Amino acid sequence: MLYLALRQLLNLILSFFVLTIFTFSLAHLFPQGVSFIVDYIPVDIFSGDSLLHGSQLNNSQISNFQLNESSQTDNIFISYYHYMSQILTGHFGYSTVRGTSVFSEFFIYFPATLELSLGAIIFALGIGLPLGIFAAQHKNKWQDKLIISTSLAGSAIPIFWWAMLLVLFFSLLLGVTPVASRIGFEYDILPVTGFMLIDTLISKQNYAVDAFFNALHHLILPAIVLGTIPLTAITRTTRSAMIRVLSEDYIRSAKTRGIAAVQVIWKYALRNAMIPIITTLSLQVSVLIAGSLLTETIFSWPGAGKWLLEAVNRRDFPVIHGGILAIASFVILSHLFLDFLSMLVDPKWRHR
Amino acid sequence: MIKYNIFFLASFCCSLILSGCYDQQSSSVRDNVLVYCSEASPQSFNPQLVTSGTTFDASSRQIYNRLVEFSPGTSHITSSLATSWDISADGKEYIFYLRKDVQFQTTDFFKPSRHFNADDVLFSFQRQWKRTHPFHKTSSLGFPYFESMALGKLIKDIVKLDDYRVKFILNNPDAPFLATLAMDFASILSEEYALQLILKNELTAMDNRPVGTGPFQLTRYQPDAFIRYKAHPEYWKGKEKLEGLVFAITPDPSLRFARLIAGECDLMAKPLPIHLKATLKYPEFKTLSEPGSNISYMAMNTTKKPFDDPKVRLAINYAINKKLLIKVVYNGNAEMAKNPIPPNIWSYNHSTPEIPYSLEKAKKILDSAGYQDGFEMELWAAPVQRTYNPNAIKMAELIQQDLEKINVHAKIVSYEFGTFLSKVKQGEHHAALLGWIGDNGDPDNFFSSLLSCAATKSGNNAAYWCDPEFDDLITQAGRTSIVKKRTQLYQAAQTKFSQALPWVPIAHSKQFIIAHKRINNFHLAPTDGMYFSGVTLTPFNQIQTHSDTEAN
Repeated sequence: MLYLALRQLLNLILSFFVLTIFTFSLAHLFPQGVSFIVDYIPVDIFSGDSLLHGSQLNNSQISNFQLNESSQTDNIFISYYHYMSQILTGHFGYSTVRGTSVFSEFFIYFPATLELSLGAIIFALGIGLPLGIFAAQHKNKWQDKLIISTSLAGSAIPIFWWAMLLVLFFSLLLGVTPVASRIGFEYDILPVTGFMLIDTLISKQNYAVDAFFNALHHLILPAIVLGTIPLTAITRTTRSAMIRVLSEDYIRSAKTRGIAAVQVIWKYALRNAMIPIITTLSLQVSVLIAGSLLTETIFSWPGAGKWLLEAVNRRDFPVIHGGILAIASFVILSHLFLDFLSMLVDPKWRHR
Repeated sequence: MIKYNIFFLASFCCSLILSGCYDQQSSSVRDNVLVYCSEASPQSFNPQLVTSGTTFDASSRQIYNRLVEFSPGTSHITSSLATSWDISADGKEYIFYLRKDVQFQTTDFFKPSRHFNADDVLFSFQRQWKRTHPFHKTSSLGFPYFESMALGKLIKDIVKLDDYRVKFILNNPDAPFLATLAMDFASILSEEYALQLILKNELTAMDNRPVGTGPFQLTRYQPDAFIRYKAHPEYWKGKEKLEGLVFAITPDPSLRFARLIAGECDLMAKPLPIHLKATLKYPEFKTLSEPGSNISYMAMNTTKKPFDDPKVRLAINYAINKKLLIKVVYNGNAEMAKNPIPPNIWSYNHSTPEIPYSLEKAKKILDSAGYQDGFEMELWAAPVQRTYNPNAIKMAELIQQDLEKINVHAKIVSYEFGTFLSKVKQGEHHAALLGWIGDNGDPDNFFSSLLSCAATKSGNNAAYWCDPEFDDLITQAGRTSIVKKRTQLYQAAQTKFSQALPWVPIAHSKQFIIAHKRINNFHLAPTDGMYFSGVTLTPFNQIQTHSDTEAN
């Protein structure tokens, strides 16, 4: 167990190292060619122009911030050291558009993405697992073929097109789901945790429960859109894993002992089939993050994906840099966690 | 395990079902909250720093008051933070009597201990005016309006006579000065708040955590997502009926429209022409339109041949089919123009002759001017969409066709907008399609900017038309502050204009907004602004019964 934990930790450090090398080199790849980890008291909260653009600054503003040494030293190792020491203490720089700290902005926007992604995963698992199992039970029959061909088609759908189709049908034609955003604007919910579902419940407003259901209602369509690709992946993995497990001897003997089919499948077979499913799930994390960029834009969901996209549109380099770093770190961490989870499920690993 | 899966499925189904029934519950909350789907995030919450209408909508028009203001939906000036004012005989001194018992907003970060007084007025103007003021350099945005109106040169001094009397002393008489003070950048900020921020060393908070005297106060802002306001409980005109106001920031016009139709917004900013058509299918929405305070025109360079001849200019005026231009270029969403100012600006002269589309007359006049065989010219147009002209190139093409019929061969010349303007300002064109949006509702804003002799030097007078009599009329009108006299002078100037016709006045484009029927008392401001003060909402259930009775 300890060995495993150490191995994972080493993995983490290594991936984080590679990541920082990449983001560090971004500083030199961007056209402005400056380090954006700038340690200054933001003077300009809303200005549209970059504070880092030397030509636009007057003397009074320059005196308000000092560029970090990293941009002045030529030695790349020393600047990397400075860069790392900034990042590890949570200094991700300041948005050139709003002047707010990138690190704190990330924590405003990221919970929205996380909430959406969790919704998508719950949707994908909730539908994908039963479908996959059902397909496995009816291997090579028409039900199986229908499910597999649909899921293949589903994985090929461009997500933005799918989103628009759903909005057009469910929101505009039928009017059963909202078009955009996290919650109806009539509800004034104070962001405490950043998770709308939690914030509505702990809110002191007298419409807290209404607001909760409103937020849930707003979550449905984006979660379905974002969860579609993971859903197809999970369905297919579940099916193939279940087919493999169901043909094993212990399942046959369980069946011959007269254990109910439902119990055999959900208790004995699924547990063994879970390992590849968890692996698939961990691969889907990056799919979810990438998909959130589109989903959030289409649904006006104020999450990290939209935040990053707006930053790209505005050439807000510190935000682009900090956002990439933070989101990539999150992906690394979640991979790590899911790896660990699959080891817990897998008895082969558990006993080492 | 199976139980959990059933739970997931059940929870999804539940939420779907619930969604159907709770719409009615939520309507009671929504009855007090107006949601406006706006087009962009504001640049700042301080109107002094910007020129964009989006930012004014989010700041000055909800949070702040001015000394004087435009009465809703018009360009008439009414009292606001100043109850009355005296103007000296020479027009150089303005004494404002300030309103008493005006309370600034109490927010999470500021609690006012005193009422609005002369110090706040002094602070608000000196901040923009005096370079040494501690708040002058808090933002790199500068004070674009204050600078461009050259108020630094106009204002000689601002004196506090006592707590409730302020005197503005000008270097020269300036009749539109009152209108200038009604503009967004002249909003009054709290001096007490500023002093507190100096002590806390948080000067920038002045611009992004606003405190004003206006009808609504900012409660929360998430960039690119929403701006929330609540009614200012101690607003001097009485608390607004609207409890809450939300700007849902939705840059994509199609998504804005979808949100409106889905009932997530009550008002939609800047609809596209297709949305106006689509709205007709939804009885619960109405389209509000307002002739904009703008003009689109074709300026003819009177210093170049043959446009130095008034007959040629008149012929061209006859030859252009404005009706067609409005139909094709504006989708019919504009009014035909005949004067250099739009009809919603006071002093508009309704009696000037309208020049109809008539090729025969055009030909006849051209013949009498000695251009039987026509001539060749360059017609300049910029490839950009503007409020006053959605498609100048298309307009130029249509005009080209019209002119071809009277043997005038126009060649369309187009440059990138910045280059276009600077070349026009050097007078290189024969004729150019231009436009103007008035920003303070004063006729002077159009006349002296576009047609005065002084403007031929700056190049804003793209016709380079300098008529001493006309110039005398508008200069006189700019010096007096008696509205009646000014009206007479400006109307005479319009008559002069219609005789000389240095332009082909084309259209005043209308502005639109799509609103839910439950919104009452909302006025589109001619200066393209959103003011939510005084707006009330009809409860949803009352609207439904209303439509039921209609159906019966």
